[in-house]
Amino acid sequence: MKHEHTELCAQLQSELPDYLDGEARAEICRAIETHLADCDDCRVVVDTLKKTITLYRNAPCEDVPQDVHARLVRVLSLVSTNDERINE
Amino acid sequence: MDNDSELVHAAQNGDQRAFAQLVEKYEARVYNLARKMMRDPQDAEDVLQETFISVFRHLKDFQGDASFSTWLYRIATNASLMKLRGRKTPPLSLDAPVEMDDAGALPREIVDWGITPEEALLSGEVRAQMDAAVDALPESLRAVFVLRDIEGLSVQETADVLSISVPNVKTRLHRARLMLRENLSEYFKRAK
Ligand SMILES: [Zn+2]
Repeated sequence: MKHEHTELCAQLQSELPDYLDGEARAEICRAIETHLADCDDCRVVVDTLKKTITLYRNAPCEDVPQDVHARLVRVLSLVSTNDERINE
Repeated sequence: MDNDSELVHAAQNGDQRAFAQLVEKYEARVYNLARKMMRDPQDAEDVLQETFISVFRHLKDFQGDASFSTWLYRIATNASLMKLRGRKTPPLSLDAPVEMDDAGALPREIVDWGITPEEALLSGEVRAQMDAAVDALPESLRAVFVLRDIEGLSVQETADVLSISVPNVKTRLHRARLMLRENLSEYFKRAK
Protein backbone atom coordinates (compact mmCIF):
# COMPACT_ATOMS: atom_id res chain seq x y z
CA MET A 1 0.00 0.00 0.00
CA LYS A 2 1.40 3.24 -1.18
CA HIS A 3 -0.72 5.35 1.13
CA GLU A 4 1.14 6.09 4.35
CA HIS A 5 -1.47 6.51 6.92
CA THR A 6 -0.59 9.37 9.22
CA GLU A 7 -2.76 10.73 11.97
CA LEU A 8 -3.60 13.82 9.95
CA CYS A 9 -4.70 11.70 7.00
CA ALA A 10 -6.97 9.65 9.27
CA GLN A 11 -8.47 12.80 10.72
CA LEU A 12 -9.12 14.15 7.25
CA GLN A 13 -10.88 10.93 6.27
CA SER A 14 -13.26 11.29 9.17
CA GLU A 15 -14.10 14.87 8.27
CA LEU A 16 -14.56 14.21 4.57
CA PRO A 17 -18.32 13.52 4.54
CA ASP A 18 -19.22 17.01 5.77
CA TYR A 19 -16.46 18.60 3.73
CA LEU A 20 -17.68 17.02 0.48
CA ASP A 21 -21.22 18.15 1.13
CA GLY A 22 -20.10 21.68 1.95
CA GLU A 23 -21.24 21.33 5.54
CA ALA A 24 -17.90 21.43 7.35
CA ARG A 25 -17.20 24.48 9.51
CA ALA A 26 -14.84 27.09 8.07
CA GLU A 27 -11.87 26.23 10.29
CA ILE A 28 -12.22 22.53 9.44
CA CYS A 29 -12.29 23.37 5.74
CA ARG A 30 -9.12 25.42 6.19
CA ALA A 31 -7.40 22.60 8.07
CA ILE A 32 -8.39 20.14 5.36
CA GLU A 33 -7.17 22.39 2.58
CA THR A 34 -3.88 23.00 4.37
CA HIS A 35 -3.37 19.25 4.67
CA LEU A 36 -4.32 18.69 1.04
CA ALA A 37 -1.73 21.23 -0.07
CA ASP A 38 1.11 19.05 1.22
CA CYS A 39 -0.27 15.50 1.13
CA ASP A 40 -0.35 14.12 -2.40
CA ASP A 41 -2.24 10.95 -1.48
CA CYS A 42 -5.08 12.71 0.29
CA ARG A 43 -5.29 15.23 -2.54
CA VAL A 44 -5.76 12.45 -5.09
CA VAL A 45 -8.37 10.74 -2.90
CA VAL A 46 -10.37 13.92 -2.37
CA ASP A 47 -10.09 14.88 -6.02
CA THR A 48 -11.27 11.47 -7.25
CA LEU A 49 -14.07 11.40 -4.67
CA LYS A 50 -15.28 14.76 -5.93
CA LYS A 51 -15.03 13.47 -9.50
CA THR A 52 -17.01 10.37 -8.54
CA ILE A 53 -19.84 12.51 -7.18
CA THR A 54 -19.77 14.86 -10.17
CA LEU A 55 -19.86 11.93 -12.60
CA TYR A 56 -23.03 10.47 -11.16
CA ARG A 57 -24.72 13.82 -10.58
CA ASN A 58 -24.12 14.84 -14.18
CA ALA A 59 -24.88 11.54 -15.88
CA PRO A 60 -27.89 12.02 -18.17
CA CYS A 61 -31.22 10.57 -17.00
CA GLU A 62 -32.27 7.75 -19.32
CA ASP A 63 -35.43 8.32 -21.32
CA VAL A 64 -38.13 5.73 -20.90
CA PRO A 65 -38.01 3.60 -24.06
CA GLN A 66 -41.16 3.95 -26.20
CA ASP A 67 -42.17 0.31 -25.79
CA VAL A 68 -41.70 0.45 -22.01
CA HIS A 69 -43.86 3.58 -21.86
CA ALA A 70 -46.53 1.98 -24.07
CA ARG A 71 -46.69 -1.14 -21.89
CA LEU A 72 -46.97 1.00 -18.74
CA VAL A 73 -49.91 2.93 -20.18
CA ARG A 74 -51.60 -0.30 -21.24
CA VAL A 75 -51.12 -1.98 -17.86
CA LEU A 76 -52.47 1.06 -16.03
CA SER A 77 -55.54 1.22 -18.22
CA LEU A 78 -56.19 -2.50 -17.65
CA VAL A 79 -55.84 -2.06 -13.91
CA SER A 80 -58.14 0.93 -13.90
CA THR A 81 -60.85 -0.86 -15.91
CA ASN A 82 -60.48 -3.98 -13.82
CA ASP A 83 -60.69 -2.11 -10.50
CA GLU A 84 -63.84 -0.30 -11.67
CA ARG A 85 -65.47 -3.59 -12.53
CA ILE A 86 -64.65 -4.98 -9.08
CA ASN A 87 -66.04 -1.88 -7.38
CA GLU A 88 -69.32 -2.03 -9.25
CA MET B 1 -52.89 22.12 -13.65
CA ASP B 2 -49.23 21.49 -13.13
CA ASN B 3 -48.48 21.48 -9.45
CA ASP B 4 -48.46 18.12 -7.75
CA SER B 5 -51.02 18.78 -5.06
CA GLU B 6 -53.61 19.99 -7.60
CA LEU B 7 -52.94 16.99 -9.82
CA VAL B 8 -53.07 14.60 -6.89
CA HIS B 9 -56.28 16.14 -5.61
CA ALA B 10 -57.94 15.87 -9.04
CA ALA B 11 -56.70 12.31 -9.52
CA GLN B 12 -58.04 11.37 -6.08
CA ASN B 13 -61.43 12.55 -7.29
CA GLY B 14 -61.31 10.26 -10.30
CA ASP B 15 -59.81 12.60 -12.91
CA GLN B 16 -57.98 10.13 -15.15
CA ARG B 17 -56.25 12.83 -17.16
CA ALA B 18 -54.72 14.23 -13.97
CA PHE B 19 -53.47 10.76 -13.08
CA ALA B 20 -52.01 10.36 -16.58
CA GLN B 21 -50.23 13.70 -16.14
CA LEU B 22 -48.66 12.49 -12.88
CA VAL B 23 -47.45 9.36 -14.67
CA GLU B 24 -46.00 11.42 -17.53
CA LYS B 25 -44.29 13.76 -15.11
CA TYR B 26 -42.62 11.10 -12.97
CA GLU B 27 -42.20 7.96 -15.08
CA ALA B 28 -38.66 8.88 -16.21
CA ARG B 29 -37.55 9.48 -12.60
CA VAL B 30 -39.02 6.19 -11.44
CA TYR B 31 -37.60 4.32 -14.41
CA ASN B 32 -34.16 5.82 -13.88
CA LEU B 33 -34.25 4.85 -10.20
CA ALA B 34 -35.34 1.31 -11.08
CA ARG B 35 -32.65 0.97 -13.76
CA LYS B 36 -29.97 1.91 -11.24
CA MET B 37 -31.37 -0.33 -8.50
CA MET B 38 -31.94 -3.42 -10.64
CA ARG B 39 -29.37 -5.14 -12.83
CA ASP B 40 -31.98 -6.60 -15.15
CA PRO B 41 -33.93 -4.20 -17.45
CA GLN B 42 -37.00 -6.45 -17.24
CA ASP B 43 -36.93 -6.14 -13.45
CA ALA B 44 -36.68 -2.38 -13.82
CA GLU B 45 -39.74 -2.36 -16.04
CA ASP B 46 -41.61 -4.50 -13.50
CA VAL B 47 -40.68 -2.03 -10.77
CA LEU B 48 -41.93 0.85 -12.94
CA GLN B 49 -45.28 -0.87 -13.50
CA GLU B 50 -45.70 -2.04 -9.91
CA THR B 51 -44.92 1.45 -8.65
CA PHE B 52 -47.61 3.17 -10.70
CA ILE B 53 -50.17 0.42 -10.11
CA SER B 54 -49.56 0.90 -6.40
CA VAL B 55 -49.82 4.69 -6.75
CA PHE B 56 -53.09 4.26 -8.63
CA ARG B 57 -54.54 1.96 -5.98
CA HIS B 58 -53.33 3.88 -2.92
CA LEU B 59 -53.61 7.45 -4.10
CA LYS B 60 -56.87 7.82 -2.18
CA ASP B 61 -54.94 7.10 1.05
CA PHE B 62 -52.24 9.65 0.30
CA GLN B 63 -52.71 12.39 2.87
CA GLY B 64 -50.37 15.03 1.56
CA ASP B 65 -48.38 15.25 4.80
CA ALA B 66 -45.32 14.14 2.84
CA SER B 67 -44.74 15.55 -0.64
CA PHE B 68 -46.10 13.44 -3.48
CA SER B 69 -42.61 12.86 -4.87
CA THR B 70 -41.30 11.58 -1.51
CA TRP B 71 -44.26 9.23 -1.29
CA LEU B 72 -43.70 8.06 -4.87
CA TYR B 73 -39.98 7.50 -4.31
CA ARG B 74 -40.79 5.49 -1.20
CA ILE B 75 -43.10 3.20 -3.18
CA ALA B 76 -40.57 2.83 -6.01
CA THR B 77 -37.64 2.18 -3.66
CA ASN B 78 -39.61 -0.38 -1.68
CA ALA B 79 -40.70 -2.11 -4.89
CA SER B 80 -37.05 -2.31 -5.96
CA LEU B 81 -35.82 -3.60 -2.61
CA MET B 82 -38.59 -6.19 -2.39
CA LYS B 83 -37.79 -7.47 -5.84
CA LEU B 84 -34.09 -7.69 -4.97
CA ARG B 85 -34.87 -9.49 -1.72
CA GLY B 86 -37.19 -11.93 -3.43
CA ARG B 87 -34.32 -13.52 -5.22
CA LYS B 88 -31.53 -13.52 -2.69
CA THR B 89 -30.86 -14.12 0.94
CA PRO B 90 -32.37 -11.23 2.88
CA PRO B 91 -29.99 -8.29 3.12
CA LEU B 92 -29.30 -6.37 6.28
CA SER B 93 -32.16 -4.17 7.32
CA LEU B 94 -31.73 -0.55 6.33
CA ASP B 95 -31.75 0.33 10.00
CA ALA B 96 -28.88 -1.94 10.90
CA PRO B 97 -25.73 0.03 11.65
CA VAL B 98 -23.25 0.14 8.80
CA GLU B 99 -20.11 -1.73 9.61
CA MET B 100 -17.52 0.95 9.23
CA ASP B 101 -14.53 -1.28 9.64
CA ASP B 102 -11.55 0.94 9.02
CA ALA B 103 -9.92 -1.37 6.53
CA GLY B 104 -12.89 -1.11 4.18
CA ALA B 105 -13.28 2.61 4.62
CA LEU B 106 -9.67 3.47 3.87
CA PRO B 107 -8.73 4.43 0.34
CA ARG B 108 -6.61 1.80 -1.36
CA GLU B 109 -6.35 2.95 -4.94
CA ILE B 110 -4.45 6.25 -5.03
CA VAL B 111 -4.28 7.13 -8.69
CA ASP B 112 -5.07 10.26 -10.59
CA TRP B 113 -7.73 9.50 -13.21
CA GLY B 114 -6.20 11.74 -15.85
CA ILE B 115 -9.65 12.61 -17.18
CA THR B 116 -12.31 15.17 -16.28
CA PRO B 117 -15.86 14.05 -15.46
CA GLU B 118 -17.08 15.90 -18.57
CA GLU B 119 -14.71 13.90 -20.80
CA ALA B 120 -15.47 10.68 -18.98
CA LEU B 121 -19.24 11.02 -19.43
CA LEU B 122 -18.83 11.09 -23.21
CA SER B 123 -17.62 7.50 -23.15
CA GLY B 124 -20.19 4.72 -23.27
CA GLU B 125 -17.66 2.38 -21.71
CA VAL B 126 -17.21 4.69 -18.72
CA ARG B 127 -20.98 4.95 -18.27
CA ALA B 128 -21.24 1.15 -18.36
CA GLN B 129 -18.51 0.93 -15.72
CA MET B 130 -20.37 3.50 -13.58
CA ASP B 131 -23.50 1.35 -13.74
CA ALA B 132 -21.54 -1.81 -12.91
CA ALA B 133 -20.00 -0.03 -9.93
CA VAL B 134 -23.45 0.94 -8.60
CA ASP B 135 -24.63 -2.64 -9.17
CA ALA B 136 -21.75 -3.89 -7.05
CA LEU B 137 -22.81 -1.82 -4.02
CA PRO B 138 -24.65 -3.61 -1.23
CA GLU B 139 -28.37 -2.83 -1.56
CA SER B 140 -28.62 -0.77 1.59
CA LEU B 141 -25.89 1.55 0.33
CA ARG B 142 -27.14 1.50 -3.23
CA ALA B 143 -30.59 2.80 -2.31
CA VAL B 144 -29.10 5.74 -0.41
CA PHE B 145 -26.64 6.58 -3.17
CA VAL B 146 -29.19 6.34 -5.99
CA LEU B 147 -31.68 8.59 -4.20
CA ARG B 148 -29.16 11.20 -3.10
CA ASP B 149 -26.49 11.39 -5.80
CA ILE B 150 -28.31 10.08 -8.87
CA GLU B 151 -31.89 11.22 -8.31
CA GLY B 152 -30.71 14.36 -6.55
CA LEU B 153 -32.86 14.20 -3.43
CA SER B 154 -31.62 16.07 -0.36
CA VAL B 155 -30.18 14.14 2.59
CA GLN B 156 -33.40 14.85 4.52
CA GLU B 157 -35.63 13.65 1.66
CA THR B 158 -33.53 10.50 1.30
CA ALA B 159 -33.94 9.86 5.02
CA ASP B 160 -37.73 10.36 4.70
CA VAL B 161 -38.02 8.03 1.71
CA LEU B 162 -36.07 5.24 3.43
CA SER B 163 -37.40 5.92 6.95
CA ILE B 164 -33.89 6.08 8.36
CA SER B 165 -32.10 8.85 10.25
CA VAL B 166 -30.14 11.68 8.64
CA PRO B 167 -26.82 10.55 10.22
CA ASN B 168 -27.53 7.06 8.91
CA VAL B 169 -28.00 8.48 5.40
CA LYS B 170 -24.74 10.41 5.67
CA THR B 171 -22.76 7.37 6.83
CA ARG B 172 -24.14 5.14 4.09
CA LEU B 173 -23.73 7.78 1.43
CA HIS B 174 -20.07 8.29 2.29
CA ARG B 175 -19.44 4.58 2.35
CA ALA B 176 -21.07 4.19 -1.05
CA ARG B 177 -19.05 7.06 -2.52
CA LEU B 178 -15.81 5.53 -1.20
CA MET B 179 -16.63 2.16 -2.74
CA LEU B 180 -17.53 3.72 -6.08
CA ARG B 181 -14.33 5.76 -6.02
CA GLU B 182 -12.29 2.58 -5.53
CA ASN B 183 -14.11 0.81 -8.32
CA LEU B 184 -13.72 3.67 -10.80
CA SER B 185 -10.10 4.30 -9.80
CA GLU B 186 -9.24 0.68 -10.59
CA TYR B 187 -11.00 1.07 -13.91
CA PHE B 188 -9.23 4.30 -14.87
CA LYS B 189 -5.89 2.86 -13.81
CA ARG B 190 -6.41 -0.09 -16.16
CA ALA B 191 -7.69 2.17 -18.94
CA LYS B 192 -4.68 4.48 -18.79
ZN1 LIG C 1 -2.95 12.88 4.00
